[in-house]
Amino acid sequence: MYCSKKDKRLAIIMLIPFLAVLFLFVYGFIFWSIRVSFSAWDSILPDMSWVGLRNYQELMGSLRFKTDIVNTIYFTLFFMVICIVGGFLLSYLLFVHLKGEGFLRTVYLFPLSLSFVVTGVLWRWIFNPEVGLNALLRMIGFKAEFGWFTSTYSIGGFNVALIALIIGASWQYLGYTMAMFLAGLRGIDDQLIESAQIDGAGEWSIVTKIILPIIKPITFSAMIVLGHISLKIFDLAYAMTGKGPRFVTDFPGLYMFETTFRGNHYAEGAAISIIMLLLVALVIVPYLATSMKEDEA
Amino acid sequence: MKLSKTNRTIKYILAIIAALLFLFPLYVIINNSLKPFADVRVSEMWVLAKRPSSEGFAKAFKALSQNLINSFILVIPVSLLSVLFGSIIGFIFAKVRFRYSKVLFFLIIFGMFIPYQSILIPLVRTLNKVGLYGSLKGLIITHTIYGLPISSLMFRNYYAKIPDELVEAGMIDGLQLVGVFRQVVVPISLPTMVVVLIWQFTSVWNDFLFAVTLTQKPSIQPITVALQNLAGTQVIEWNAQMAGALIAAVPTLLVYIFLGKYFIQGLLSGSVKG
Repeated sequence: MYCSKKDKRLAIIMLIPFLAVLFLFVYGFIFWSIRVSFSAWDSILPDMSWVGLRNYQELMGSLRFKTDIVNTIYFTLFFMVICIVGGFLLSYLLFVHLKGEGFLRTVYLFPLSLSFVVTGVLWRWIFNPEVGLNALLRMIGFKAEFGWFTSTYSIGGFNVALIALIIGASWQYLGYTMAMFLAGLRGIDDQLIESAQIDGAGEWSIVTKIILPIIKPITFSAMIVLGHISLKIFDLAYAMTGKGPRFVTDFPGLYMFETTFRGNHYAEGAAISIIMLLLVALVIVPYLATSMKEDEA
Repeated sequence: MKLSKTNRTIKYILAIIAALLFLFPLYVIINNSLKPFADVRVSEMWVLAKRPSSEGFAKAFKALSQNLINSFILVIPVSLLSVLFGSIIGFIFAKVRFRYSKVLFFLIIFGMFIPYQSILIPLVRTLNKVGLYGSLKGLIITHTIYGLPISSLMFRNYYAKIPDELVEAGMIDGLQLVGVFRQVVVPISLPTMVVVLIWQFTSVWNDFLFAVTLTQKPSIQPITVALQNLAGTQVIEWNAQMAGALIAAVPTLLVYIFLGKYFIQGLLSGSVKG
């Protein structure tokens, strides 16, 4: 767009204060955290003496952190698969124009407007081994003794206590992927599908040959969004389960918060936060770079 | 798509089952918030409230009313400031070409994805130094700053779609860039303003990490923190806890129910592409 030199200069001058604040609070603070992660700061009083990678090495050897990483991997995996497969199925049900579609969409999406703390409080009671689903199953005559999020049972490193959290998180985010997919499906030309039907294509082949290829890029964006949410998960675990017995429901975000602000182990907390940042950057930077390039084209 | 009647019916049934699954936690929360404490028994969470009572709500409201006010004091200025600042930044990045603008915008947007844990220690130190730690003012400033990336992105994506000619025509009429922005662009930005407004309203209302880290005194804590404190007590008063959760949920639920269209727009425009 044409823009006079004077206007351009004015625009840049107006941007400067925003950029200055934002860069200080984002990048300045990140560098500050990195510096703290290399320090010996382990009490209320700051101690910035340099210890190199010691905090990182200690984390790598800590049982809690290892458990957190394994928990994050499994949580991410299940959360993504459920939200993407489930979200697609829900969007497909709505795609065929059922009566009351608007109402159904509202129902699938409303959990997204809630705070993770609200979700956590609610699902904590539902999965409470004494009163929750177990009690319901007992009412119908089953012998329900599953410990849900208090269970310390694990299969191949997967702590089954995570199931409760995965269900709670998926309940909240299924609507999100549903909305993303539905927006994509609505973009498909009706005629394309109708002419395929005239040519004798069945529903299954329309889904696999026409619909799935079209929504593939959406699946990719959804994976990025869900992935970075689960890497950062904090509120839900904090409100619903806490770190759990033997850290069965612990995550890096929770560990960082507790060790820093409850235990005053600042350097350790900073190291955890930087590892979290690196993991998120690994997912987000390539995504951002490619989608901004496409945007330009 | 043309479908047979049976096929359509099966889909209908599946959609309704799914809806019931989504709604059943809502049944639990409403049902139990209406029970008097005397009816709160381990075996009876699933049983319909026989004697609906406002006991749970009264208790929760007494514990949370101040925090409910705090949350409003927090989200209203943050939402308004996000619209103001986001529209300015978004407009400049959409319509003014200057060197490094792509890279700068990339760096701004990255700020909305970072785990906030990675800036939390310096943030607490800084707010402490300037005397804003532990105050709602500090929390307002924090949310406004970290809300800039998403607000700017939403506005930029919208402004990128309005034709350059419209802006240029304003300039030919003798307006400067600022004048065009105020007299031509702002009046047609209302839908995006609503999107950003309710997006920031919900995400700041629902925030927990900043709130729990930056506010210590119960009297200034936002509702999410107070709810967690209420629910964290070991006493099994789940009627009050459920009522509290419902109270904390109602403002964002209402926004969603009445302005759902904008909420979904915000959700989808949160992706980076315009």
